[in-house]
Amino acid sequence: MAVIPFLIIFPFIAAVLMYIIRNNKARGVVAYISAAAIIIAVGVLVVQWLRAGAQPVELYLETESEDHVILAGELVLMVLCTYLSFKYKKAWISILSIVPTLMLAYFELWGPEMEPIHHVYLDHLSILMCMIVGLIGGLIVIYAVGYMHGYHHHHTEYVDRRNYFFMLLFIFLGAMFGFVVSDSLLWIDFFWETTSVCSFLLIGYTRTSEAITNSFRALWMNLLGGVFLAIGIIYFGYHAGTVSFQALIAQGTAGEAFALIPVAFIAFAALTKAAQLPFATWLLGAMVAPTPSSALLHSATMVKAGIYVLFRLSPAMSGRMSGNMVAFVGGFTFLMCSIMAVAQSDAKKVLAMSTIANLGLMVACAGVGTPETIWAGVFLMVFHAVSKSMLFQDVGATENALHSRDIEAMHGLIYRLPKLAAFMFIGIAGMFLAPFGMLISKWAALKASVDEGNIMLAFFIIFGSAITSLYWTKWMGKLIMQTNKPKVHDITKPNEVFSLTVHAVLMIALCVLFPLLSGWYVDPLLKEMFGKVQQTLPQALLVTLIVVIVLVFLVPLVAFLFESNVKTNVKPSYMNGVNTGDNVTFVDSFGEPKHLSLSNYYFAHKIGQRKLMKPSQLAATVVIIVMICMVIGGAL
Amino acid sequence: MRVSLLWILCYLVLAPFLGGLLDGCDRKISARMQGRIGPPVLQPFYDVQKLFNKQTIAVRRVQAAFLLVYMIMMIFTGCMFYGGTDILMCFFVLSTAATFLYFAAVVTNSPYSTIGASRELIQMMTYEPAVLFACVGFYLANGTFTVGSIVQSDVSSILYLPGFFFAFVFILTIKMRKSPFDTSASHHAHQELVKGLTTEFGAKNLAFFTITEWYENIFLLGVVGLFIVNRHPVSWIIAVIVVLAVYFLEILIDNTSARVKQDTMLKLTWTVTLLSAGINTLVLMLIR
Repeated sequence: MAVIPFLIIFPFIAAVLMYIIRNNKARGVVAYISAAAIIIAVGVLVVQWLRAGAQPVELYLETESEDHVILAGELVLMVLCTYLSFKYKKAWISILSIVPTLMLAYFELWGPEMEPIHHVYLDHLSILMCMIVGLIGGLIVIYAVGYMHGYHHHHTEYVDRRNYFFMLLFIFLGAMFGFVVSDSLLWIDFFWETTSVCSFLLIGYTRTSEAITNSFRALWMNLLGGVFLAIGIIYFGYHAGTVSFQALIAQGTAGEAFALIPVAFIAFAALTKAAQLPFATWLLGAMVAPTPSSALLHSATMVKAGIYVLFRLSPAMSGRMSGNMVAFVGGFTFLMCSIMAVAQSDAKKVLAMSTIANLGLMVACAGVGTPETIWAGVFLMVFHAVSKSMLFQDVGATENALHSRDIEAMHGLIYRLPKLAAFMFIGIAGMFLAPFGMLISKWAALKASVDEGNIMLAFFIIFGSAITSLYWTKWMGKLIMQTNKPKVHDITKPNEVFSLTVHAVLMIALCVLFPLLSGWYVDPLLKEMFGKVQQTLPQALLVTLIVVIVLVFLVPLVAFLFESNVKTNVKPSYMNGVNTGDNVTFVDSFGEPKHLSLSNYYFAHKIGQRKLMKPSQLAATVVIIVMICMVIGGAL
Repeated sequence: MRVSLLWILCYLVLAPFLGGLLDGCDRKISARMQGRIGPPVLQPFYDVQKLFNKQTIAVRRVQAAFLLVYMIMMIFTGCMFYGGTDILMCFFVLSTAATFLYFAAVVTNSPYSTIGASRELIQMMTYEPAVLFACVGFYLANGTFTVGSIVQSDVSSILYLPGFFFAFVFILTIKMRKSPFDTSASHHAHQELVKGLTTEFGAKNLAFFTITEWYENIFLLGVVGLFIVNRHPVSWIIAVIVVLAVYFLEILIDNTSARVKQDTMLKLTWTVTLLSAGINTLVLMLIR
């Protein structure tokens, strides 16, 4: 399968091209071609793998020279982190990079002899990740070409470093492919660190003081995860004599004592990557970056790397202390971040909070670690990737046109920017309404947590999902409210619209095909993971679901067609007789016309981030420390 | 299969009549409690009939479409429930239906209806945990979410689920828009919000809304009954009595309590939910 090295190496070549080409038009064309090549390559990979029988595949036994390249890459990352930490007077962060890198280098060069292993492992889960990264990533690159044009048009105060921006996007894509197909933990570590550094550099893109502060926060939190990852790998390597991820999972599942600590440490690293409490603040800070990077790294793909690792580890964590830790942290994050999302009126912040919350739900699913929860988690991941990527892109495009991303400024957006508002509507519907997959996944997660007797998690899910509906519904309502503000000039580029359209189609297709996907793809995935297959979705429920799907698409259509024929007498709204006739102005007590403004509830002073973030972080930190100590104590 | 189709048919045909009749009784009993004679029991039907004969007036044409979707989704929820499918799914579809009601109210940009609708959202958030807990409770007691299997159990679910039952009846006050929790659409037209989120619904639209309320009430009372019924036929009679008692209780609460602010409502409801459903859950987990 030559397509695998292509997927990893080609983005790096494209990245170099991006950096070299200084002409924006030419770079755009190359970016389109590269994105298309990546999407096609993923398609080829999927087809080849399916034709080979869709079985787990192990590849690349002898990789002496590649190992050296990867080690060299680690050292380059270390030097880069150290240089930047010193340059911006945050020298202490460099320790978090130097220590694990040198430890791993020592371990690799002078450590004990390791068993030969296959370095690449392909199964349903990694192919699924490849599809998400390739398709969503490719589309976001296409979107970014148009978006960055508008961005620099609108933000003239920032230096135009688009070549650097696209270089990082492509490096990230290569690293992400490498990450999900690798079975060697050393390779995984390298790609992991690469994504961390990409994210750090992208957050700092604008070089404002806020961007720099936030980027270093992201860096140290992700590097801290990297430290734990490195310790876990080395510990496992010394005890088991191998650095195969599959071996770690197998021995962890079998309950070998020496696998407990690596599993817990790597799970901890995954929590930092997935921006769970207490590390949630890095992802919120990451929102200063241009929107394509928020969509690609901080919502659709990179944070899913943490989820991917947790899904892999879930059989080894299920029913153990590390699983309890992960389930608690995930559930707690889901609840608290859902509450804090209510208080946000900045659209991107709402998306960020809801991303963390949904990641929390996936993390909790992985922590419980039964086939049902992983089933729910996989669907959450797929639906979330598509709808969030779409929402981020849409909010970005809206901001370029509207010059604001405040939800209150989106009052009546459907009349002012109809196309973007419609996409936004679909994206939000995908996040919480029946029959979109998020809801059915919540159903499965709730059922499984009750089955497992994890009442704490059931509490978190029940209260969390009640709150989730609130902030999405009020946002949707804002979009359709009447306004007399003029239409906004829609400066969305055709390539942005293209990406959004594909996302919307994908979203609806997923929703319609979802019962089939469950049987075709996710059940085999669970079989690989847990060794047994069972139908998670009861047949009766499946039938109901199909009816709901048909109903939800058909009923509004019929209703709107029907209503357009009914004779209706349209009158102004009721305002105690002082409506001037356009529903948005009234006559005040001086007899002057006054504009009526309606605002949503936010309760920012009661449940805002300022009030709740610190206590939640503290609580999560305490739980993590106590539980990690218990894991270590139990293993030694 | 045939039995559940029969149930669905019964629900589709009978629910509006039963709902309207209950509504009429509600008005009559309320009037008597207040020392009035009150309208005839069939008054709600006359009202709806009159609404259908009026000229349709609306602020936005699209309101009617949203309300229609709300109605159909609501009726579908009831059909799912009486057809014996998954109860958790019923409530998920119900919450989707409620979203369309919200849209119908806010699309007008009318201040009264928008504030009422915002309050409706808060109300939804307030009652949803208790509803989800009730589903979890049924699952813990019977090992299934399927309504058709829950009614076949050996003993009534309420024996295991007194706390869940209490929490559910508590939130029923919110769901049925009764005082002290009727902040989104006060029953009494002269009060603070005019008519809350229904302010801009007129003629046919209001008729749709009213009929949907009837369907919804019959569905909710069905859930109350589900706590009682088991495979013995006697339990069905007891269930009907309990349902009527609960409905009477709601009328009594409505007439004896003053409206509270919504944060009081939220705190009170969540405390009750956490305490009664939460403790009940813990006990169930222990004895399981």
